[in-house]
Amino acid sequence: MAHGDSALLILNQKAVPTTVEKPTIEQETKSEEEFDLPWHVVVHNDPINLMTYVTMVFQRVFGYPREKAERHMLEVHHKGRSILWSGVRERAELYVQQLHGYLLLATLEKVS
Amino acid sequence: MDICRENDALQISDLDPFLAELLRQIPASTNPEGLPAAEQRIFSAPADTKQKQLCSEWKTYVEPELRRLFQSATETVTSDLAQLNGNEKSLRNCTLRIPLDHADAWLNALNQARLVIAAKYAFTESELNDHYHSPVGSRRDLGLFQVNFYGFLQEFILRELDNN
Repeated sequence: MAHGDSALLILNQKAVPTTVEKPTIEQETKSEEEFDLPWHVVVHNDPINLMTYVTMVFQRVFGYPREKAERHMLEVHHKGRSILWSGVRERAELYVQQLHGYLLLATLEKVS
Repeated sequence: MDICRENDALQISDLDPFLAELLRQIPASTNPEGLPAAEQRIFSAPADTKQKQLCSEWKTYVEPELRRLFQSATETVTSDLAQLNGNEKSLRNCTLRIPLDHADAWLNALNQARLVIAAKYAFTESELNDHYHSPVGSRRDLGLFQVNFYGFLQEFILRELDNN
């Protein structure tokens, strides 16, 4: 998925044929720290999805063993939500997209 | 109604006309059009609404892919349900054979249908957990029965996938 937060490197070159100036490198002013902040993949409780179905989805999407998948499923069921994975944004987006494909209520949350 | 595994397929036999009709209604029940609550649930937001750019890009790039995925699952189920065509007037019980390769499509379409019906009638959690609710006396009661019946089929499919 495309998104606008990626760092942009823009090379500005003047059209002077005889001399080649050193290119100006412009960068967005986002700090390295901001890019390093992980994103959580959160699954929320809903009364429709079956517990066995949710467990199967966690196993398939994250490759978790059944016990771990069941632990997360029960956390969703009892606490209303569970953080399934944390890490870089692109991968987190991919996980949320897959979870939506299975019709689970899932969101991305930026760690603050 | 009997439901069992037959080689590479799931077989629902002795299907009475009422349950056969509920199965035939799966594809139509997956359609959230005209039901904003259902549309919102099927295509839920990927993040807090404060993440405006993320949500708007999701609508542009991801939602169409999800629509295609859901549509494809529904089409697979529709083609399997063609086995039940021609039995509308018959009172004889019939059989439906679902190839195991189609199990994921069935799980998806049944889930779409359950979510849309639940959103349509705004069932509460306690209503959804009341699996012994009876009798079916209104369109809403029938909706609840449908949600539970489709859930029962999902449980069976999941069990067979697990045994596979």
